[in-house]
Amino acid sequence: MPLFGSFALLLALLLSAYCMVFGAIALRQQAIGMPSDRLAETTRRAGIAIWVAVAGAGFALVWAALNNDFSVAYILHHTNRDLPLPYKFAALWSGQEGSLLFWAFLLSTYGLVLRLRHKVDVKLTAYASTILAAVQLFFLSLLNFAARPFSLVAGNIPPDGNGLNPLLQYPEMVIHPPMLYLGYVGFAVPFAFALGALIMKYPGEKWIHITRRWTMVTWCFLTCGIFLGAHWAYSVLGWGGYWGWDPVENASFFPWLTGTAFLHSVMMQEKRGMLKTWNVWLIFSTFMLSILGTFLTRSGVVSSVHAFAQSSIGEWFMWFLAIVFVVCLYFYIRNRDHLRSEHRLESLLSRESSFLFQNLVLLASCFAILWGTLFPVLSEWIQGHKVTVGPPFFNRVNVPIAMFLLLLTGVGPLLAWRSTSWASLKRNFTIPVIATVTTAILLMVFGVRPWQDAAHFYSLMAISLGALVTTTIVSEFVRGGRVIARHTGQNLLASMLTLTRRNTRRYGGYIVHFGVVVIVVGLSGAAFNQQKEQELGFHEQMQIGPYTLVCDTSTEEENPNYQISYAILNVYKNGKPIGQMFPARKFFKASQQPDTIVANHSTPIEDLYVIYAGKNLDTDKPIIKAFINPLVMWIWAGVWVLIFGTVVAMIPPISAATVPSLQQVRPSTVALPVSSEPVEAGD
Amino acid sequence: MKLFRRISTSLLLITFSVLLLGATGDRARFNDLGHRMMCVCGCNQILLECNHVGCTYSDRMREQLSAAIQQESNDENILQTFVKEYGTTVLAAPTMRGFDRVAWIMPFAVFLAGGSFDSQLEIPPTAVRCTRRARSPGSLPRKGT
Repeated sequence: MPLFGSFALLLALLLSAYCMVFGAIALRQQAIGMPSDRLAETTRRAGIAIWVAVAGAGFALVWAALNNDFSVAYILHHTNRDLPLPYKFAALWSGQEGSLLFWAFLLSTYGLVLRLRHKVDVKLTAYASTILAAVQLFFLSLLNFAARPFSLVAGNIPPDGNGLNPLLQYPEMVIHPPMLYLGYVGFAVPFAFALGALIMKYPGEKWIHITRRWTMVTWCFLTCGIFLGAHWAYSVLGWGGYWGWDPVENASFFPWLTGTAFLHSVMMQEKRGMLKTWNVWLIFSTFMLSILGTFLTRSGVVSSVHAFAQSSIGEWFMWFLAIVFVVCLYFYIRNRDHLRSEHRLESLLSRESSFLFQNLVLLASCFAILWGTLFPVLSEWIQGHKVTVGPPFFNRVNVPIAMFLLLLTGVGPLLAWRSTSWASLKRNFTIPVIATVTTAILLMVFGVRPWQDAAHFYSLMAISLGALVTTTIVSEFVRGGRVIARHTGQNLLASMLTLTRRNTRRYGGYIVHFGVVVIVVGLSGAAFNQQKEQELGFHEQMQIGPYTLVCDTSTEEENPNYQISYAILNVYKNGKPIGQMFPARKFFKASQQPDTIVANHSTPIEDLYVIYAGKNLDTDKPIIKAFINPLVMWIWAGVWVLIFGTVVAMIPPISAATVPSLQQVRPSTVALPVSSEPVEAGD
Repeated sequence: MKLFRRISTSLLLITFSVLLLGATGDRARFNDLGHRMMCVCGCNQILLECNHVGCTYSDRMREQLSAAIQQESNDENILQTFVKEYGTTVLAAPTMRGFDRVAWIMPFAVFLAGGSFDSQLEIPPTAVRCTRRARSPGSLPRKGT
């Protein structure tokens, strides 16, 4: 199997080289009027064959893991005989080489879909396919020369492997990396289309129409990946938090922020022909930030708790990044006239300007996080000593930015395109402003003290602005619903449903915004966290907030994979029993590493989060650490709302489904009257 | 319009009063300073949030911080004492002195620079004044919103 895997990777490399080189030749021939259809078709088929080869290599590695083939160094270092089956499968993305192979597999899967759907626009897809092949060539070169997953063990083959990192032996870790990678890798597709459209000076906004769903799917995967990571950190790392501003966490956030900005600013291009340069560079940046994030986390340039991923392949990423940047810059300079805006802003009080500010704020946030992540390196280089850039920096810089962003999320939808009159402002903003102020007052009445510290102040701001956004969204649904109800005689709820189905992109977007509000409310609960640590002997109790924890017993168990010690705690809230909790610590035999199993009693109001921190060797009593983390459940609930909204935004609107003939008309070449324009999801 | 102005004024008043009020007390100082320092055991966590089992630093550092708060009224002096003992990486964020100041200034400078660059691209001077004109039906964007 290792031989088969190595051969498959070599074949994939050759195919990607063919696809890139001959794809470029075919495009060149096309440009000068020479027939090249057959050559182009062979490159497309080579692109499809890359998937077969990379899938074969992936299969070989998984097969080796499932069959305990410890002659493969990667399998030896990341699995062991007693590792449960799902984690053996997850070994594919648990280490450097495997995760790169997985990356290449996802990239070739995206490439497969793109090449199979080439009839959407044959010429543009040919450009995108060639560019994507270049990206594939890079990853496959890495796998063939720098990070080979099928390297064999030198000397005797050990009878058992080293096992998987215990922190990764958690159900969410089976799906978190794939989601994140689907997000990272997926941005290669809109990048390829954008660069292709720029190279060929593609007329109109069709590349945006084609890539919009790609970008949304990718963005949704990245969002899921980020929050699964946060949930994993919360459930496994046992420090009571979900986001620590670690460089690896930050790296996943860069493309998310620019991707979010892109999803908003493309609307300006679609509706007003504005921000063309901005959009092209946004998607270039998003792709480059995906690569930069990988470079940062794998090069060891910045210190991270995710040290398991570090190696010498960082240089490869740096050079790849430099080449991508030079190529993008070259074609931008050569064809920048093609990206001239059709309109300019007419008023600062307009939907366009709110999009523009929102984009600026998102990019400022992205820069602030990137800057904070790189500053220790810069400081060491200039001052000769390292400084720490930890959560206080990121929070202090990003929280005000996030507040401003939330404000714009509330204000933006109430502004009209082109310009907004004062009368309209007054009419639209009265209720949202009243809701915001009322929420702030109620929060203070119920015990939030913004004058006590900054955390309380920002919590109050966040929840109040959340009320502003929610009121805005509800008013948008109600206003639109009423109009439909008047014309159709439906009740308001049915009308709002019809409204959403008619313009899925807009109203799906509002649902996403509501999801963000729910997440922000959850995050603001962190200002009221409590924690306590205590040794808890038999029948002893500890009090935290309204909860009383009584130690029933502590015990130990063992299986072939690990030993586990845990405490059994009876939990009471305001004196009433609410159940038992089982905080535990595992000790993995193969890797000789400990792991925390958090016990969490989660409610919409607060989480009671309990950790078994080990035993005091002198007293033989378990050490229990308890946290009360308010509103955490809202974060996870908000993510579900956000995913739902994204799915809604991706569904074609009913008007498009009922007017199939219009979809055959090319929007870039035929100007249709407003009423009968082909409707893309998201108007 | 009157109501709108009243609400805006009230909002401003609330914001200023919140910003002008502050919290004092040893507990608040301990909480504040403890969140401005890192545990130096290598766990990469804030001093008051370190949950590293068997950590040989965080408990000692917290006790040190408690004692320092009793003896020293100036928070900056306390931080400098810790820097002398544990090095500059004990501070969880760059200071506002020397080159460290660049860390704080850059994000906002880039935001402003980005804003002015973008405004040159997309915002003509006429857009700066807010129009009183209501949107006419003819001024709709290309697609309905």
